[in-house]
Amino acid sequence: MIAGFVEPSGGAIRLEGRDLRAVKPAKRGLGIVFQSYALFPHMTVADNVSFGLEMQGTAKAERAARIAETLDLVGLGAFAARYPRQLSGGQQQRVALARALVIRPAILLLDEPLSNLDAKLREEMQIELRQIQRTVGTTTILVTHDQAEAMALSDRIVVMNQGRAEQIGPPHEAYERPATAFVANFLGKTNLVKGASVRPERISFAATGLAGTVRTRIFQGTHWLYQVETADGLITVIRQNSGAAVPSEGAAVHLAWDAP
Amino acid sequence: MKLQPAYLLTLPALSFFALVVIVPLGMTLALSFHDWGPYKGIVPVFILKNWREVFGDSYYGEMFARTFRIAALVTLLAALFGAPEAYILNRMRSPWRGFFLLVILGPLLISVVARTLGWALLFGGNAGLVNKALISAGLISAPLPFMFTETGMVVALVHVLMPYMVLSVWAALQRLDPQIENAAVALGAGPITVLRRIVLPQAMPGILSGGIIVFALAASAFATPAIIGGRRLKVASTLAYDEFLNTLNWPLGAVIAVLLLAALVTIVVVANKLVERRYAQAFQ
Repeated sequence: MIAGFVEPSGGAIRLEGRDLRAVKPAKRGLGIVFQSYALFPHMTVADNVSFGLEMQGTAKAERAARIAETLDLVGLGAFAARYPRQLSGGQQQRVALARALVIRPAILLLDEPLSNLDAKLREEMQIELRQIQRTVGTTTILVTHDQAEAMALSDRIVVMNQGRAEQIGPPHEAYERPATAFVANFLGKTNLVKGASVRPERISFAATGLAGTVRTRIFQGTHWLYQVETADGLITVIRQNSGAAVPSEGAAVHLAWDAP
Repeated sequence: MKLQPAYLLTLPALSFFALVVIVPLGMTLALSFHDWGPYKGIVPVFILKNWREVFGDSYYGEMFARTFRIAALVTLLAALFGAPEAYILNRMRSPWRGFFLLVILGPLLISVVARTLGWALLFGGNAGLVNKALISAGLISAPLPFMFTETGMVVALVHVLMPYMVLSVWAALQRLDPQIENAAVALGAGPITVLRRIVLPQAMPGILSGGIIVFALAASAFATPAIIGGRRLKVASTLAYDEFLNTLNWPLGAVIAVLLLAALVTIVVVANKLVERRYAQAFQ
């Protein structure tokens, strides 16, 4: 809807005060990175990036300079003459980003930009995406189903559920003070104890507190994940792996946490 | 090197292929060097008489030029009409897409002879339906020249061969990510720019491979030129047929058949190489 490919059924979309609904998709001047990247397969990387500038009627010399500058920004300076087919998924992603950024858009739209990458590459690209975004300073709207990605990349999160915004706020605030149960569940793991939401990493093993038995214990490298059976139901606990001894499966434990 | 068992499995198909294609081709080639006379028939000797005749007489040169001129024109027209047809077909929603695909492919289910005769019924001489209507309406005084003309042959061949072009372009368009057009629009491209710079280049491999198919089929077509051109306007295939079955000069017919095959194979292979080289980087 922001890009103009789908008509909204109501409301308005305003950018710097003007309503975007009256503007044709081709005239909105947004930088969009599609989920499938949607690179032009018959054009080289440089031609892909150049396309938007040509549409704006940028002079040839300036075009060349801006293409080079943007490709350097995404770290693809050496790949200008390649075709998209000859690039890896991460590199194609960068071309898509360069193509969107080179036109100096008012807004950068990222539609699940990292969902086609494998886990390791996704993490790298998250960091890089954030750096690039900070460098160019373009207001960016990122759509994602990955809550970790949302929290890692954004200054402000809008948690949507069935077309409704459930909470709008900085990631840290949305995580610490979720407005609804949906938000609490969506942003990270959570335990509902007597109606209150308690994050698993806030619960510690103590001498006194809620009594329970460790059902499962999973080692995840940086931390341990426990499922503890208590009178209030199954509670998930995450403890950092400090190298110290930890309760084993079947052990009787007490759980303690500060009231949120 | 030890032969892989998998290769052995290709033996039956390979020997069948050799028997029904390679052997007759070899025999045709051998036949083209034999002597022939109206009274002595075919004499199995090795002479170049037939080859000299074909290369020496401008009649044959003209005939081959006509054959390939018609094939080139048919290919061009089929691309001009077939590519937009495929694009529209690709943009359609079901059930219309299925319906119109059937309309386009339907003619393939009808014999080429019947389809060409249809054209002959519409435009053939004074009795042709369209001619009759136009004359009685006072729009024309003499029937439109269609039968025994190159125009007629081209029109009928384009009609007959169009489905191959549409299918080939359609296959190329189906691989196209619909988001790519949106991406171009978002970057500020108008509909014509999107067609010219985004859709057309991506459909090009399909248009070219369809073009190779249509060209090869048009140059070697027999039924349509035989019905429209008859004995008056000959192309390579109808001439070879006449030499074989009417004049009974098999060796001369063999020369024409071999030349047609050689020219076609050369054109198709070269065109294919060019297409592959042009698009290897982007599409493979």
